[in-house]
Amino acid sequence: MAISKLVSGVKEACKGVEDGMTLMLGGFGLCGIPENCIEELVRLGVKDVTCISNNAGVDNFGLGRLLQGHQIRKMISSYVGENDEFERQMLSGELEVDLIPQGSLAERCRAGGAGIPAFYTPAGFGTEVAEGKEVREFDGKPHILESALTSEFAFVKAWRGDEAGNLVYKATARNFNPMMAMAGKITIAEVEELVPLGTIDPNEIHTPGIFVQRIFQGDSYEKRIEQRTVRPHKN
Amino acid sequence: MLDKNGIATRIAQEVEDGQYVNLGIGIPTLVANHIPEGLNVEFQSENGILGMGPFPFEGSEDADLINAGKQTITALPGAVYFDSATSFAMIRGRHVQLTVLGAMEVSETGDIANWKIPGKMVKGMGGAMDLVASADNIVVAMMHTNRAGESKLLPQCSLPLTGVACVKRVVTNLAVLDIKDGAFHLVERAPGVSVEDIRAATAGELIVPDSVPEMQL
Repeated sequence: MAISKLVSGVKEACKGVEDGMTLMLGGFGLCGIPENCIEELVRLGVKDVTCISNNAGVDNFGLGRLLQGHQIRKMISSYVGENDEFERQMLSGELEVDLIPQGSLAERCRAGGAGIPAFYTPAGFGTEVAEGKEVREFDGKPHILESALTSEFAFVKAWRGDEAGNLVYKATARNFNPMMAMAGKITIAEVEELVPLGTIDPNEIHTPGIFVQRIFQGDSYEKRIEQRTVRPHKN
Repeated sequence: MLDKNGIATRIAQEVEDGQYVNLGIGIPTLVANHIPEGLNVEFQSENGILGMGPFPFEGSEDADLINAGKQTITALPGAVYFDSATSFAMIRGRHVQLTVLGAMEVSETGDIANWKIPGKMVKGMGGAMDLVASADNIVVAMMHTNRAGESKLLPQCSLPLTGVACVKRVVTNLAVLDIKDGAFHLVERAPGVSVEDIRAATAGELIVPDSVPEMQL
């Protein structure tokens, strides 16, 4: 019998999130972000949190919602270019920011979830990112030591999931979600569609349920598009 | 002198049959529009797709299908989606053969700066540091001078670095230049641009061979 991770909804899912905690949030831009959990964090009004997320949303959506309420003390991200409020808080010193290379961010989360405390990567050698980090040469090329990341809670968003916590992502909405699911001590998965056990072919599962502690179907998804680019229909 | 599409057209000539290619945000994205018919090339976008296709037809945009610039895209037959760790395994593991990216500054020793203007602009490096640290073949696409008319090809970068000694070729609105032995080597001139124009716009050491052909576009 599968171990059930099912909770009643977003309120029960986000129980235990407190001020000052470190949170991981999946997504790339606004693609694949845990919309329902972010709104719940806004409602809960948790303060001084550290957010590990590739981006910081836009001014009024995604993590931008938490920035509006000054709920975030520190961001660990790779790219924050789409958010004016973020840039303002960072340049004024209100918000502490750790910018790290995207591949290092992904691997640090993966390592955290996989029980690997640190690894060497060439990314960032000779730049600000390398300051204070151990450097070691492999095959004549310098690498820097990057440590693993974990978090008290990880919020991920999947397309489909089941009671056992097994997840399937859609297209590029996968991005950071699988690694963050692994790295969270408590991983909360919100899904667009919760399906009965056995519906998802075990061959096709992206995140095994062992990495997920709580799962629920989100009430609604806006899935806002950041840059709508199209080509005209041929006549 | 070339416009942005002209730079992209010239860079498309660098792409070889059978290559996996990562295109950065800005001018590099335009390169995909200029790949000759019949060339087998797959575009990787670091947010998690290989086999990226053109923008969708109006009305069929999918919020779950975007490129690294957060633009809506399509997937071609044979495309594959993957997570960010796998994506950077492709990049760091040197499975991607060609990387094209933009820059604010490039130095005569191949350093690149493109992620931060201290106290002014803080956007972050995204995947650029991983890309430049590992790619064997990096082409920079940029304008030769900044908006103030100052050269972006310098003896050394003044802005925080993205990577050290990694850029091999730069394609600008004025020229194609290779970087080797601590200098920019002029390879081609853009149509209507003289060697003197290029010399005037290049602050770093410039080596000019006896004959500099014009780009064939």
